[in-house]
Amino acid sequence: MSESRVTWSKYSSPQALYPFAGRLIPWCAGAAGIFMIAGLYLGFFVAPTDFQQGDAYRIIFVHVPAAWMSMFLYVVMAVWAGLGLGLKARPSFMMAQAIAPTGAMFTFLALLTGALWGKPTWGAWWVWDARLTSELILFFLYLGVMLLHASIDDIRRADRASALFALVGVVNVPIIYFSVRWWNTLHQGASVSMTAAPTMAATMLTAMLLMTVGFWMYSIAVILVRLRCVMLERNRQVRSSQSAFEQGVKEVRA
Amino acid sequence: MNQAALGTVVRAIVRRDLLLAFRRQADVMTTVFFFVIVASLFPLGVSPEPAVLRMIAPGVLWVAALLSCLLSLGRVFTADHQDGVLEQMALIPHPLAVLVLAKVFAHWLVSGLPVVLLSLLLGVQFGLEGEALAVLALSLLLGTPTLSLIGSIGAALTLGVRGSGMLVALLVLPLFIPVLIFGAGAVSSTVSGIGAEANLSLLGACLMAAIPLAPWAAAAAVRIAVE
Repeated sequence: MSESRVTWSKYSSPQALYPFAGRLIPWCAGAAGIFMIAGLYLGFFVAPTDFQQGDAYRIIFVHVPAAWMSMFLYVVMAVWAGLGLGLKARPSFMMAQAIAPTGAMFTFLALLTGALWGKPTWGAWWVWDARLTSELILFFLYLGVMLLHASIDDIRRADRASALFALVGVVNVPIIYFSVRWWNTLHQGASVSMTAAPTMAATMLTAMLLMTVGFWMYSIAVILVRLRCVMLERNRQVRSSQSAFEQGVKEVRA
Repeated sequence: MNQAALGTVVRAIVRRDLLLAFRRQADVMTTVFFFVIVASLFPLGVSPEPAVLRMIAPGVLWVAALLSCLLSLGRVFTADHQDGVLEQMALIPHPLAVLVLAKVFAHWLVSGLPVVLLSLLLGVQFGLEGEALAVLALSLLLGTPTLSLIGSIGAALTLGVRGSGMLVALLVLPLFIPVLIFGAGAVSSTVSGIGAEANLSLLGACLMAAIPLAPWAAAAAVRIAVE
């Protein structure tokens, strides 16, 4: 137990984390490729055609895993942000910063595939359904985290401010979801019901789970690549200020 | 050393902020007139038909109130941050969250309360009557403090940031959505005869949750900003 704790805390230093992430990336990327190909094959060629929706429903194999990932990644980001604020650990903030764009990408993907799916089945690109609306708001929250981080120059302040906002957001997401749901039931009635899912064939569920695992692996790989970039970027700032400092010392001495 | 009691400090902060607002009345007036003008644009843009106006009134008045709150958020901390008062405030040996709550309360008195009172007048312009008018004012009375409280988090997070006005809108508007839904919902359900009790209760619940939580988060954000 204590041994494993020592090994894990080792990776809280960027020097150890950077090569560790580098070793992990190819494995995750490979697994992502395999799982996604398997999931797409199963979903597009093996799973039976839907009785009501025909082949249009097959976008579900991208849509639902993307929506799951978008919500899951926000929670993960908030956990890293909270860890960063609680432990004052810089790699945690870097993780949170690295997760945000991938989460936003999945949120956008879920919205896009939802619109593409909605047009043939409901006859509308967009309906103000509770899930769609809260997914859109989730997208705004991701944008808020990223923009707040980008517009503060002092990197330590940017880290902590965007981490705090991510935490505020995670408290608010359930409130927003329920408020939108109640609003929707009050205003619109059950014009569109997405909750009445038909019993799913086993192959469909398998394909969806394979896609989800594939998206997980993809997320880990991309996030680690971005983490390494963030580390290099910050290290460059440190290095350049160090070299500027050393140069200044030399000039003063000369 | 003689230390001022928490109550004295809070009273002093509220009095100071109110005095500052009183000395700079133009700032306060801008927010209030913004509310009136935004709300007046809708009949011109949509339709002067009384039935239509009555239908859109809850949403329009609530969105206008929300935007005017957003516009005034810069005043909560910015000036104090620039002249260093906020830094001194963070050094006061009382919980910063309570001091932030005092500042937010002063801000609401100056920018939220006038909106609540004016909503009665604008409601009449939109053809709301009797109970709906009362519910509109009541929902704003319950909702605008929540907006100020949530907004103070965004205002504190964006202190001293480039283009903070737009950024604070982007951060805070998604968080305003539940308040908007319950507030406008209370008025429209009164208009349609369902009764506003459920929505008003939820608005009250939001306020009760925001009073302890939001100042705490805003205080953390202030500490990040002044460090």
